[in-house]
Amino acid sequence: MEKDPLLYGVLAEFDGEHELLEAGRRAYQHGYRHMDAYSPMPIQGMSAVIGFPKTRLPLVVLIGGLAGCFGGFLMQYWISVIDYPLNIGGRPLNSWPAFIPVTFEMTILCAALAAALGMLALNGLPRPHHPLFNAPSFAGVTRNKFFLCIEATDPKFERDQVRRFLLSLNPREVTDVEQ
Amino acid sequence: MNDETQVIPVDLDRLQSRALLVGIAGLAACAIAAVSNHQQFLRSYLAGFLFWLAIAVGCLALLMLYHLVGGSWGFVIQRILEAGSRTLPLLALLLVPILFGLRVLYIWARPEDVAANTILQHKNIYLNIPFFLARMVLYFGLWVALAMLYNRWSRQHDGSGDGSWIDRAERLAAPGLIIYAVTISFAAVDLIMSLEPVWFSTAFGLMVICGQGVATFSFVIIMLSLASGRKPLAGFVTEQHFHDLGNLLLAFVMLWTYIAFAQFLIIWAGNLPDEISWYVTRLSGGWRIWALALLIFHFVVPFFLLLMRDIKKKAPRIVGVAGLLLVAHWAEMVWLVEPSFPPDRFHIHWMDVAAPIGIGGIWISLFVSQLKKRALLPLRHPKLAGVWEPAEET
Repeated sequence: MEKDPLLYGVLAEFDGEHELLEAGRRAYQHGYRHMDAYSPMPIQGMSAVIGFPKTRLPLVVLIGGLAGCFGGFLMQYWISVIDYPLNIGGRPLNSWPAFIPVTFEMTILCAALAAALGMLALNGLPRPHHPLFNAPSFAGVTRNKFFLCIEATDPKFERDQVRRFLLSLNPREVTDVEQ
Repeated sequence: MNDETQVIPVDLDRLQSRALLVGIAGLAACAIAAVSNHQQFLRSYLAGFLFWLAIAVGCLALLMLYHLVGGSWGFVIQRILEAGSRTLPLLALLLVPILFGLRVLYIWARPEDVAANTILQHKNIYLNIPFFLARMVLYFGLWVALAMLYNRWSRQHDGSGDGSWIDRAERLAAPGLIIYAVTISFAAVDLIMSLEPVWFSTAFGLMVICGQGVATFSFVIIMLSLASGRKPLAGFVTEQHFHDLGNLLLAFVMLWTYIAFAQFLIIWAGNLPDEISWYVTRLSGGWRIWALALLIFHFVVPFFLLLMRDIKKKAPRIVGVAGLLLVAHWAEMVWLVEPSFPPDRFHIHWMDVAAPIGIGGIWISLFVSQLKKRALLPLRHPKLAGVWEPAEET
């Protein structure tokens, strides 16, 4: 059966955090990978249950940090040795110990900026609208509702099978979510 | 929760007896060599003593830190820290050879040298033998007293399950840590910095404290891994605990580097003869390579390794990093002590290795015997309510 390009995924609402945790575990065991759980508060162990994919953020932060480190040092080297050499107390022009504090701070600054901006970029933020808002009941997720969404991008996704599977988990309701 | 990879199976009884043998052999070899080369023996012995003192006092400090801030990282290592703090009387005993060799080790203790140096005459009001001995008695008295209080309260709590004993431990934690920070700073000045009494640095005590943090966390990680196959730790220690301890170790590695570099930068920038001479000796010839190795193995390599979650979570890997840091800590002690003595060029003696091993063997033997005396977790703690029955305590 061909996939519906307009479908974002299938959303199931559960009674509480324990039911959601159990549903997530069953869905993962069943082979689904592209899914997410939504709840009003953090649930202990949830990310472990539904699978926590490795992100590329550490690499982004490392590159940011290294760029800051070398950029900061080379900036000072260029200023003190090449562009404007000054004899300060008879010290060598490339007085690297004096460059370390700025190099260190630049490393931290660039790594932190890379972490914040990289997190936003990898999450696809800022994002004024999300397909899940199309589901009428989803607004309650910030108050008292618990959802599990199996997304259409999942390799095993097939709408009717997913619906049947989610219904077998004893949810309150199951709805299709449009893009 | 606890997979097999966290456990390094080691027979603690065998470790205890083997360590004692190694310790006696190491110290005996040093004692024989001391007859012909008394000064070298004392230098090596001082470095070895400082290495193990860092871990014993560090155990006391971390114990108080845990009681001050709490956290499951400290809960699983509480008994290791308590056993470590109970070895402080042994270190007081091990200090005796240094006290008998003050005139050999410290220039300020030799009247003929003091008479020839006006700076030492001015410093004589602080750096003289009776006052030095009194300070040592005070430091060790305070440390042993704190260790005894914490161990007694912990035993009382084990016996009665009365939470008021924990309250006492928590109330003493902040003042106890202040006492620790002040006494260990003064002890670092007395034992290490006064080897070159004209030189001074106000960051020195803090650098020693951070080094102790690195050494103690490394030691605790290794011991936790060795003991984690035993009940009741087995099945309770998870990779999350090693992850937390690895993060704390990383923090202390960075803090040590920060303070050590700050001290260097300030003295380097000032470039005053009295101050820079300390670094000139330590950064020339073979000591330069030694210092570079310190930078690499006390900071760069462990820093990058400890950034990785996969290394912090798997006990055999983090134990490897911790072992590396202990070696680096030994190298730091040698680097602090040895260049203070002539000749100025690089020199290392076999006793620089044998003395720390000798002291360490005896120390570890006592530590393991103390560790075995009590259950490896505080079984009456509210955190364990319902996990173990009191009957399992024996």
